[in-house]
Amino acid sequence: MTEAIKLDHVYAEIAGQTVLEDISLAVNTREFYAIIGPNGGGKTTLVKLMLGLIQPKKGMIKVFGGTPRENRRMLGYVPQFHTFDFHYPITLHEMVISGRLGNKSRVFTRYTQEDRRITEEVLITLGISDLSGREISALSGGERQRAIIARALVSEPRALLLDEPTVYVDAPAEQQFYNILNSLKEKMAVILVTHDIGVVSDYATKVACLNRHLYTHDSGEITEEMLTSAYMCPVELIAHGVPHRVFRKHTHEGLP
Amino acid sequence: MISIMAFEFFRNALLAGLLASVTCGIIGTYVVVKKLVALSGGVSHAAFGGIGLGYYAGFDPVLGAIGFSLVSALGMGMVSLRAKQHLDTLIGAIWAIGMAIGILFISLTPGYAPDLFSFLFGNILLVPVGDLVIMAILAVMIVVVVIACYQIFLTVTFDEEYAMVLDIPVEIVTLLLLSLVALTVVMLIRIVGIILVIALLTLPAAISREYCSHLKNMMVLSVFVGILVTTGGIFLSYFLDVPSGATIILIAAGLYGLVLIERGLRKNKHRVNPGNA
Repeated sequence: MTEAIKLDHVYAEIAGQTVLEDISLAVNTREFYAIIGPNGGGKTTLVKLMLGLIQPKKGMIKVFGGTPRENRRMLGYVPQFHTFDFHYPITLHEMVISGRLGNKSRVFTRYTQEDRRITEEVLITLGISDLSGREISALSGGERQRAIIARALVSEPRALLLDEPTVYVDAPAEQQFYNILNSLKEKMAVILVTHDIGVVSDYATKVACLNRHLYTHDSGEITEEMLTSAYMCPVELIAHGVPHRVFRKHTHEGLP
Repeated sequence: MISIMAFEFFRNALLAGLLASVTCGIIGTYVVVKKLVALSGGVSHAAFGGIGLGYYAGFDPVLGAIGFSLVSALGMGMVSLRAKQHLDTLIGAIWAIGMAIGILFISLTPGYAPDLFSFLFGNILLVPVGDLVIMAILAVMIVVVVIACYQIFLTVTFDEEYAMVLDIPVEIVTLLLLSLVALTVVMLIRIVGIILVIALLTLPAAISREYCSHLKNMMVLSVFVGILVTTGGIFLSYFLDVPSGATIILIAAGLYGLVLIERGLRKNKHRVNPGNA
């Protein structure tokens, strides 16, 4: 297993406010690393640091041995849903294949046969190939979500970064969605940040808790482990970020 | 009908309308989908500062307009890339500053500024041949750049952040696109004037947006809508002896109104019969 992403004592600020403090973590390939935390806990900032969209205040970030900017083309990125303008006149196919643009000389770019073949494969894998010519404004939430993931996959990334990917996915589709991620784990590192503590635990090989600080647990063992990890986070996390049922379980079981 | 086509000024006017339609169809599409309408308005009013400077310093006001609109577009572009929250205020400021500079220079210029009125309100029937050449060059340039950068523009205007992850030089691409917007605005000033530019830039694209799901189709349809309204406006204003710029805009606005009504009716139909939805 090679090291995909490594953070070493990283600090980050947004508009002068420290949002991440002393974050160290390592994600290996073929690992499914889940990072759970409340809204405002710095999850999106952490993902953007890995992508080189934000520079750390202090500390070092390595992506496949280089800086994020040097090597971010090896990363696939699934941004949060609300960042999209779904009224933009673009079809699902156009949107997904644009993920192939990273490997090209850009002026007068035409997509090649290979670009189209890979795009088609990914669309089939995600079960949206029959929607290929549909405008994205005419897609359902779950279909849009799969389109966003497909766009990240067509670049054949070596690590996949997902920011709150299940917000618009309904329950049965969610199971299917995690199955897909689980199968991707065989080919790449999968890093998922979410406030949704429930399903993650069944699939993640490693789990960490993020609320300004990162609380790591080197195993990804099921629910017990997950709950223990939640305990080690500041109390605000449990009160604000985590669904109620988890909170109640916490109080019943008491502190370890 | 045939008799007026014999006049050179009239043929020039139609040609100017055609050239303007090509660029405003293409660039207007980006303006509409990327929501650059207010920014474009700021650019066109900033151009007035350049026109005033041209009169005062004794060079072609069109060159002044090109300079001022490019600088203002690039300035606002830089701000939009770095601090989006201030953009709205900045657009308002540039809008007014451009006009103020223009008014100041024109009042300082001795004598009367002959074409001033046509810069403000446009007069396609008075477009000189020299301007036609400039317009043709700009039109060709814009078409070539958009063809060359189509996929990049699509990716950057749809999702800036992802384009960065793909290592596309988003800043340069955005500034290039805004330069094209600025040049288009200058071209359209000749046709409908500074004050009415935004309408001609956005209405054809907004009309086509209702019928197109592809950016490319939207551009092509916008060009045809532009040709329809400019040509219609030129004929109508000539025969009714009313200002051409205002006529063109009102035709475009009327068409947009009809389109919205048609879409509204169709939606209602769908609601009654959900099987079609």
